[in-house]
Formats: sequence, structure tokens, C-alpha cells
Amino acid sequence: MTPRQRNTGLIATAVATVIFITPFLYIFFMAMKTKKEAALFLFSWPSEWHFWANLTEVIQARNYMLLLAYFNSTVITVGAVTMLIIFGAMVGYVLQRRQSGWNRVIYGLVLAGLIVPPAVVPTIWVLQGLGLFKTIHGMVLIQVAYGLAFSVLLYRSFIGTIPRDLDEAARIDGATPWQIFFRVILPLLKPVTVTLIVVQSIAIFNDFTNPLYYLPGKDNVTVQLTLFNFQTQFQSQFNLLFMNILLVTIPPLLVFIFFNRQIVAGMTAGGVKG
Amino acid sequence: MASRQKSPYPYWFVLPAAVVFVTLFLVPTFASFWFSMTRWDLFEAHFIGWDNYHQFFKEPFLVQGLVNTLIYAVLTSASKSVLGLLLAVLLTSGILWQGFLRSVVFFPVLVSTIGIGITFQALMHPTKGVINIALAYVGIDGPSWLSDPGLALYSVAFIDLWKGVGLATLIYIAGLAAIAPDYYEAARIDGATRVQQFWRVTVPLVRPATVTVITLSLIGGLRSFDIIWATTRGGPGFSSDVLASVIYKQYQAGFYGLATAGNVILFMLIAIIILPLTWWFNRREVDL
Amino acid sequence: MRLIPSAALLAAFSLVAGLAQAQTVLSVTTDGNAETVAAMEALTAAYTAAHPDVTFEIENRPGGADGDNLVKTRLATGEAGDILQYNSGSLFQALKPVENLADLSDIAGQANVIDSFKSVVTASDGTVRGVPFGPAMGGGIYYNKKIDAELGLSVPKTWAEFMANNEKIKAAGKVAVAQTYGDTWSSQLFVLADYYNVQAQVPNFAADYAANKAKYANTPAAMAGFQHLEDVFKAGYLNEDFGVAKFDDGVRMVATGEAAHYPMLTFALGNIKQNFPENLEDVGFMAQPGDDAAKNGLTVWMPAALYIPAASENQEAAKDFLSFVASVEGCNLMIGANGATGPYLIKDCALPADVPGAVADMLPYFQTEGLTAPALEFLSPIKGPALEQFTVEVGSGIRPAAEAAGLYDQDVEKQAKQLGLPNW
Repeated sequence: MTPRQRNTGLIATAVATVIFITPFLYIFFMAMKTKKEAALFLFSWPSEWHFWANLTEVIQARNYMLLLAYFNSTVITVGAVTMLIIFGAMVGYVLQRRQSGWNRVIYGLVLAGLIVPPAVVPTIWVLQGLGLFKTIHGMVLIQVAYGLAFSVLLYRSFIGTIPRDLDEAARIDGATPWQIFFRVILPLLKPVTVTLIVVQSIAIFNDFTNPLYYLPGKDNVTVQLTLFNFQTQFQSQFNLLFMNILLVTIPPLLVFIFFNRQIVAGMTAGGVKG
Repeated sequence: MASRQKSPYPYWFVLPAAVVFVTLFLVPTFASFWFSMTRWDLFEAHFIGWDNYHQFFKEPFLVQGLVNTLIYAVLTSASKSVLGLLLAVLLTSGILWQGFLRSVVFFPVLVSTIGIGITFQALMHPTKGVINIALAYVGIDGPSWLSDPGLALYSVAFIDLWKGVGLATLIYIAGLAAIAPDYYEAARIDGATRVQQFWRVTVPLVRPATVTVITLSLIGGLRSFDIIWATTRGGPGFSSDVLASVIYKQYQAGFYGLATAGNVILFMLIAIIILPLTWWFNRREVDL
Repeated sequence: MRLIPSAALLAAFSLVAGLAQAQTVLSVTTDGNAETVAAMEALTAAYTAAHPDVTFEIENRPGGADGDNLVKTRLATGEAGDILQYNSGSLFQALKPVENLADLSDIAGQANVIDSFKSVVTASDGTVRGVPFGPAMGGGIYYNKKIDAELGLSVPKTWAEFMANNEKIKAAGKVAVAQTYGDTWSSQLFVLADYYNVQAQVPNFAADYAANKAKYANTPAAMAGFQHLEDVFKAGYLNEDFGVAKFDDGVRMVATGEAAHYPMLTFALGNIKQNFPENLEDVGFMAQPGDDAAKNGLTVWMPAALYIPAASENQEAAKDFLSFVASVEGCNLMIGANGATGPYLIKDCALPADVPGAVADMLPYFQTEGLTAPALEFLSPIKGPALEQFTVEVGSGIRPAAEAAGLYDQDVEKQAKQLGLPNW
């Protein structure tokens, strides 16, 4: 490491701490305070540390609602992200490799998927007709439908960096389209896949509006709905509200810390040829 | 068609995605186009032709909302792509604590919009917020960031940048990883400085990532709603209203037909801006 | 032989066990306010204690307009559960009660409900569709008694006196009026709570307004509310952070004496009781004063109601529970949960003698005929959705009162057209 790299690192860390860490410190301090102290909204060191009291109160609230929410949100996130990765990569692959009229139609629909805001009530009618309303798997499919456009777009632009020669070589070796895709292409897409896993799982885990509409019912509660519960039910217990923000941010943080290493690994391996 | 060679890129690859997308997204969306021509209270719909479109264009704050939408979208997508690229370059250059810094930049992406709304309302509070308290130390009397009508939109755009720049950086880092080191090697042998390397190697070769970041953040900016709603709700008054929040307010008021018409208009606007842009991006891609 | 009776006993036992398993679970949707949750928990717990075969699943929905959407979406898709807590008045009418809510005209509990409440939950076909949940509220101005005493002020009966008091409070270096535009809905109080004064001067306003004959912009009495907002801002009476302060801040300011006045609905007393119990007797409540001291009266908000969605499969059990809510016992349970913050609309349900001072200030208005008027949203189906944006603008000096009133009239026109009302 050169002195220049060290100094740049020190300066960058100082700046990043102020800009990116301060709000988290604020959340953290607020989560530790007493109700009275939190109501003042000051950026200050807690005068008394109420970590355990606040933690247990948030977890026990509404008959351990938060734990059920963790479970539901995790199931929805894992299910939807798995489908988004496989389906999205398949579409992006065909879309990038084939140039035809259909291709343009599909690309137009993908863009529409990014642009057009979902129509809530007709969607509920469709879900009811299929018997999927108020079910976890229905929610998974909704998240897939809404997240597909983003996955396809990202895969499509990065599959462009994988030379066609690779597909050709595999084909000459007698590989089927299925084998080419899963054995040759998908492994090369690892950096994008990891990026997508991180981004989509955070978006789905943090989604508030869609579960509110498509997944009503006490047993179907998701983590963002618990946050909402604290916001209204404990109008002035901001210490608990911030403790809840802190707690529901931990799973995405773990996902990120875990996959962050993968991103680094994917890149040190040289990535894909441009 | 026996003579035609079977493509290695069969269309049935699209099928599973298409089934989900068509049933749960396209079908309801087409249904909603019809509802945009109706007076609809969710319980019954009366066909009223183009009245909703007329009414929407008569919205007194539509023009301001439109201008705000464009300012917000351009501001956030430009700042995210520029800062995202610079951060990505910095965070792949082997500086001290690089891994830690990458995580830090990405942290805001992890927090839900509701959480960010609550937190920034507190941080940007005119008298008790940490931003103005810090400014007071250096003798500046900080404004009311979120309730000053001339400032609210820009404050929200800043929060959006804060939350979104980590994602742009991540996409750029993945893009930079796809550039073979040989190019930099060749540029160095030609005697290119770091700045020259950045402009001649990095910027052109990181193009797929740039296209992705700009497209996504521009569409996101034009549709932007969550952060605005969680911080200012379009206020004070109508001063930070964007098209999406104007539409949402119609929806909230129970004017479902009108809101749907607004959505169609927003969709058209985004299409008018994005389609030529992607066409241009794609043409350039073929040229390369 | 000894086996037979025990076998019979066993059979009888299993029969009872079988009956006991015929549980009815009623799903209840309410808003998430602390008072709502507390009252509902008290009612359902007592009911289950008396009827062990009926249990409840309570779910909270968002408040405000987000909640309106959710309720409509669930009703339209037949997924609204068995019992629904929701506003009465114009918002109730927007639910299309004839199609979507069960007819509750004949349930036993209706005999206890006061007629003035029945009128705000009566559908267009004349049937009653709800029972009251919670106390009636007044809209007016909270004042801090300590500041009044310190500066020797008396409770004003006219707006001019109110402003004169504010001037003295400001001169004493205190915040005269707390405003909390961070919760935009709270900015509407000066306009909405002025309705008693509007109808005192223009008795036909509600009817003419609904019939597209009267407008805010050309009715000086109706304009007054907007003007009040502009005046308190221009005079510099507001707290420094009025643009971002929240409802909670407003309550704290008037309770602890950080501010002398806070325009608000009386339900805020529950919040004072929860967070500042030691200051409960420091606050008083007055009706919003008008031009004429002889015509001082209170604008009143009806409480929310409980309804049964027409699609509910447990109609009978739900109706029985609603009858219980409308009984004197149910009323007392709600008072027990939240204290007495206003009159309940159940006959023979008396408030305890030791009500907080602010409630005692309000009760005389209810006891004399003609001293209360319902807020406009209970008299007319139209209330423009953008009112809270306009009141924030006027109250923050962004737009003059007259211009905002004109724009608000346009907003109302749009709503009337969307509702398909005649004459618009």
C-alpha cells in the first residue's frame, strides 16, 4: 500500500463516517434511550442505556409479532429472489443474444414493467381468482412479477460483456441450450447475480406497500408492518420505534456482509472479459 | 421449418417469467387502462370517456409537479451516476480500509424508506436537528430543510442520493470488474496519466454499467414517490410535489379513475423520455 | 353395569368438548391509535370472558388517507373481515354502505344509541349501519392555564380578544400559538373548527355548499378560518419549528407551558394523559371564538363507528358483539380504558364526576341546545382532499388566504364531480 493510498483511505473514511455513519449512530442512540429522552429527538449520548429493556419490549410486543414477521419476510424474500435470479437471467440471456422482432416486444414489456405503477385492485381480483390472495406464495409471485424488469435489465446489459464465442464453443461440444445457460453462462454472471441478490432481497425484505395490500391478516405480518405498528400504536415511544428500525435493518445487513465478500471474490477472480 | 437451424437461445427460456409477469402485471395493468376512462370508487365504475384526462390536466399544481419531477429525476440520476462512478473507482483503487468503506457506502440502501423518513426528519429538524446544530458551531444559521418551500425538493433529492448512491456504486464496481487489466496496462505503456486512464479506459469500457445506472435512476427519479412521501408528503403545501405524489393524492382521495388516468400520463411521460434514450444507448452499443 | 354410566358420562363429556370446540373467531380491523387499541382490547376481553366460544383477532390498519384506501380496497374485494372500525359521516358514505355494510338497524344495542349519532351512520336507504365507538370530540383551542394566570388573561369569547391575548403572550416572550404542520392534518383546525361560527352567521351554508351555491371564497364568514391562519402567522405568534413540528410536539408545548394555545380536537387529551399526566390539570379547552361573544359555541366531531362488512360470514356473532359495544357496560369499559375525554353517545352512560378540567370546559356546550354544531364533514358529503395542503400554505405564509380559499373551492368542485353529485 502506497502512502497515497493510505492517506486517501484515511480521508475517505473520515468523510464517509460523517456522511454515512452519523444517521446510523442517531438511530442507535435513539434506540437505547428512555421514552422521555427519545422524545426530545436530540443527537446525544444516552444518559441511561436501556438496551435490554427496549429490546425485549419490542420483541415481545403483540405476542412476539416481530419473530413471526422475521420468518414470513425471510420466506418471501428467499423464494422471490431465487425465482428472480433464474427467470431474470434466462430472459436477459435470450433478449441479449437474439435479435428479432419479438425481442423488441419483450424489451418494451420489460421497460413497461419498470415504468408502469402496479394496479392494485385488478391485481387483487386476479389473485383471488387464482386462490393466491392472502397467501405467502401469492406474495412471492407478486414480488417476482414486480422485480423481473430490474433483473432482466441488469442481466441483459452484463450478458453483453460475455463473448458469444463461449456459447458457440459449448454448442460445438454438443451442449444443449439448457446446459450452455446453466453450466457456462450463469456461473460467469456471478458478480451480477450477487449484486442482484443483495439489491432484490433488500428491496423485498423492506417492502411495505405490497404486503399491506396483497397479504392482509395477522399471521401474515412482515417486518415493515411491525415498524408501522410501532409508528401508530406507540405514538410517542420513539425509543421503541428506533429500536425496531435497528432490528429490522439487521437481516439486510447480514445479507450484505455475507455477499460483500462474494462480490470481492468475484472481482479478484478477474471477473468476465469485456 | 425443418431446414432452419434450432436456435441455441430458445424462446421457451422466457416462458416461466412471462407467465408470472403477464398474469400478475400485464393483465391488471390493461384492466386499469379501461378504469382510467371511468369514474371509479372501487365499488362501481361509470364510463366517462376522456373526462379524467381533462381533469388531470386542469390540476392547479400539475405544471409545478411536472417541473419538480424533471428537476428531481435529472438531479438524482446525474448525481448518482457521477458520484457512483467516482466512488467505485476510489473503492477499487486499493486504498486503506477499502472493504470497510464499500460497506459503509452501501449501508443506507439497507434501511427501509420508512426508517429513513423518520431519521432524516429528525436530523433535518430546524432547531433540534444535528445538521443545523453542526452548522451553528461554524456560525451558520441553518434553514428548515424540509419545510422551507424553496428548499424542500432539494433536501429530499439529497436524501435520495444518500440512500441510492451505494447501489450505483455497487453496479459500477461490478462493471469495473469486467474491464480486463490489460487495457490499463496498455494505457500505462502509452504513458497515460491516471486522469487520462480514467477518461480513455474506464469511462468507455464501463458503459454497460453507466447505461444501467442512468436508466434505472432516471426511471426511479421520474417515478419517485417513497422518499418524498416519507419526508415531506409533497409539502409544505405543494412545493415538493412530483407527478407521482400528485397521482397518489388523487388515489388517496378516492378518485381512483382520475389516479389511474394520471398513471397513464406518467407512463407516457416516462416512455417519451426513456425510449429514445435507450434506443440511443442500444445503437451506440451496436456501433462498438 | 358400572361401565354404563361412565360410558354415558364419557359421551356427554365428548359432546360438551365438541361444542366447546365450535369456536367463532371474529376478525376485527381498527386504526392503530393507542386509544382505539386500548378500548378494543378491553371490549373484546370482556366479551370473550362472558362468551368463551367467541374470540377475536385484532388487526391494525394505517390511519388517514392510507387507511381509507385500504378499507375501500378490502371492502371492494370482499376481504374486510367481520368487524370494521372506521369514520362516520362523509367518509362512511364513501364506503357505499348499502352494498358493502350489513344493516344494523334492528340489533338490540341500537336502542341505546343517541339519535344524533345514528344520523351520521345512516345509509342512503335510511338504514343504520354502525354503532358508536369512542366519545364525541370538540374542535377548538387548548390553552395553558398557568400562562393565563401568570399574565392575568381570561378565556376569550371573540377572535379579537383571542388575538389581544396572543399579543400579550408574545410581548411576555412566549409562544402564543403552537402549530404543527409536520402533521399536515393538524393545520386544518382553524378552518374546520370555525364551522359553528360559520353556521351562526350563514345558517344555510352546508346545504348551499353541497348544492354548489355557496363557496368559501365568496362567503366572508367561511373565509374567516383561512384568514385566522394567515393572521397568526403574520403576527409572529407561532413556534419556531411550526413547519416540521408534529402533533405530539403541539400537545407537549401546550401541556408544559412551552406554548399558550394549541388548536386541536379534544381527543388529544388522551395523549396528554398518557405522556404528561402531571400537567393534565394545567390545560383548559375553549371553543374557537368567532366575531360575536353572544354566539359562542362548539364545533363537534362524531366518533368513529364499528361496522360489519356485508361479506362477513359471522354476521350473527358480530352483531351480538356490536350490541354489547353499544350497551352501557360497553361504554363503561371504554371509559375505563381511556378515561373520560368527551361524552359517549350511549343513553344512560354517565361520565364519572372527576373528569379532567379540559373535559369539564367542554361539557356545558353539549348540555345546552344550540351550543354545538357538527363539523361540515358530517353535514355535507364533500370535503376537498387538498384542504390540508392549502391550510399549511396559508399558515406558513406561502399563499394569501383569499387565493387559497378560491383554490380550495376548485378542489371541492373536482371532488363533487368525482362523486357524481347533482348540480356540479
